[in-house]
Amino acid sequence: MKIHEYQAKEILKEYEVAVPEGVAVNSVEDAVNTAEQFYNDGTRLFVVKAQIHAGGRGKGRTKKNNAKGVILCKSVDEVKEAAESLLGDTLVTIQTGEEGQEVKTIYITDGVDIKQEFYLGILLDRAKNRNVIMVSSEGGVEIEKVAEETPEKIIKEWVEPGMSLQPNQARRLAFSLGFEGDAFKKAVRFIHALYRCYEETDANLVEINPLVLTEDNDVMALDAKFTFDDNAMFRQKKYAGLRDLAEEDPTEVEASKYDLNYIKLDGNVGCMVNGAGLAMATMDIIKLSGGEPANFLDVGGGANVETVKNGFRIILEDENVKAILINIFGGIVRCDRVANGVIEAIKDPEIAEKVENVPIIVRLQGTNAEEAKVIIDNSDLNVISAVLLKEAAEEVSKVIAA
Amino acid sequence: MSVLVGNDTRLIVQGFTGSEGTFHAGQMIEYGTNVVGGVTPGKGGTTHLERPVFNTVADAVEQEGANTSVIFVPPPFAGDAITEAAFAGIEVIICITEGIPVRDMIVAKQIVDNHNAKLIGPNCPGVITPGEAKVGIMPGMIFTPGNVGLISRSGTLTYEAVDQLTKAGLGQSTAIGIGGDPVIGTTHTDAVKLFNDDPDTEAIVLIGEIGGTAEEEAAAWIQENVEKPVVAFIAGSTAPPGRRMGHAGAIISGGQGTAQNKKEALKSAGVTVAESPAEIGTTLKEIL
Repeated sequence: MKIHEYQAKEILKEYEVAVPEGVAVNSVEDAVNTAEQFYNDGTRLFVVKAQIHAGGRGKGRTKKNNAKGVILCKSVDEVKEAAESLLGDTLVTIQTGEEGQEVKTIYITDGVDIKQEFYLGILLDRAKNRNVIMVSSEGGVEIEKVAEETPEKIIKEWVEPGMSLQPNQARRLAFSLGFEGDAFKKAVRFIHALYRCYEETDANLVEINPLVLTEDNDVMALDAKFTFDDNAMFRQKKYAGLRDLAEEDPTEVEASKYDLNYIKLDGNVGCMVNGAGLAMATMDIIKLSGGEPANFLDVGGGANVETVKNGFRIILEDENVKAILINIFGGIVRCDRVANGVIEAIKDPEIAEKVENVPIIVRLQGTNAEEAKVIIDNSDLNVISAVLLKEAAEEVSKVIAA
Repeated sequence: MSVLVGNDTRLIVQGFTGSEGTFHAGQMIEYGTNVVGGVTPGKGGTTHLERPVFNTVADAVEQEGANTSVIFVPPPFAGDAITEAAFAGIEVIICITEGIPVRDMIVAKQIVDNHNAKLIGPNCPGVITPGEAKVGIMPGMIFTPGNVGLISRSGTLTYEAVDQLTKAGLGQSTAIGIGGDPVIGTTHTDAVKLFNDDPDTEAIVLIGEIGGTAEEEAAAWIQENVEKPVVAFIAGSTAPPGRRMGHAGAIISGGQGTAQNKKEALKSAGVTVAESPAEIGTTLKEIL
């Protein structure tokens, strides 16, 4: 689960990780009030940051007002202008795609004087089965780019399973960035606090880019990217409310209500599959057959009438879908039962109307596959049956060519 | 001969009396697996499916000589169930549970390693040696005894591949579902090593998917060590970057974990890569 920068910084504060003062607001009026408050407290440089989940905000532009996603302001009036130009407009960044993301919240922060910028990230190193803390002197730059061009500038420390980050590890990281004196102590404290935060909140990524050393010799997180391990949300209930459904695809949100694992793609052939691996393989075979997958959809092990109906509803919300391939490997669930479920789902008036012009290929394999094929073939529905995956692929090719 | 499970398996089921545990334990018993009992804390001393129920894995090991465990415990408690099996001296721990937090798995894997046990999964269909022992949730009837060792990160895609092998007249020595999570016990490389050392395995089918670099690591090991024919399929060539495709581990991030990269690594290691998931069986048949 992704969260916004302002939410991430609230969590960092709970763990005593230093961040600049900031307030998230949803209206121009609140933006002005906040800026005035900051001004009275001595702030002379403000940063107004659009709160959307996608990265690349600083280089992004809004559609209507052509405003940057991160705006430096020197007065309350400039904060007002920035708020007006961002709120309600749609921000397009390298990560949002052309459609962009509506800016509903902006984060107003105290603009600190930066002496130096760094990178700090914590995540799981899958090859080593432990968490890795990475730092780099190349702050503000995408870490993938640094890894590719100057990998020697990334310093890593791996945390032993079940243990906390050791002081020597935090020291090595801080030294490698060139910290000295008081700032060194602050950096070590920062790294310890951040790792504890990562571990205790079941985060699966915390990225501070940039981490800054200020002119006042403070070490602070200027930006924060934070995602939680979805599998751990049962014990991170206090953070569950941070999920922002407006940032997610509405069809994907609806699918999740039905316990369906759906991801929308740009293609023309929808698919409904049991099992994630087979679902990916089905997308691949659609492509190999000359189509483009319109979605990933794993309906899970059951594949009963209700899940199939919901699957159809979700897939058919996408107007680009010109054909649907259902690929179910019936193991313990028998194929003849799945076949009856598929037929019942298609006969549902709401679905029947929508699939009138959408050819459906039903491929059932596994226990009682032949009986299932007979049931599909005798159904007088406009449904094409297949048993082998190869046959299903050929049918997809035919339907696309037609 | 076979790997991990077989006629010598003395299996206990952790989460024995729950609905999943009950159903699949019944299926395993029906297949002929030697299920010697189960563990449900608080229900020790009772009987379930005509087998003894124990409070702890240690009791099951002591009283029934259990050497293998299959876990159907819900995600919040599954990491603990894995470590309990390791502490009790279980040699092969197979965890079916999907949805275990990464933090729990990092610790569980380390403990399993410390106790020289083997962990398969989590988030996997289990392990089957056709005709000998089925330890997991796979449909037993699609498997046939034979000489192909199969390794896969996915459930139904494994069944698909097995079905193709069986239809091509190629039986299986053992099929290992290694699981779709980012932290798993037995990796592709570990499984390849087992099959490479198994005299009854003559060819290997390796099914991978996007995410991580486990297939690339296996490719490097195969290049140096494996003489047996290997066929691979990698799912997710059409998957977009940055999205988790169902499995917690199936995500392309920071340019790493693409299907293209994995296929290239495998090809350059001398592995025959099937481009289509419909041609896994026929591809192996052709090169044998």
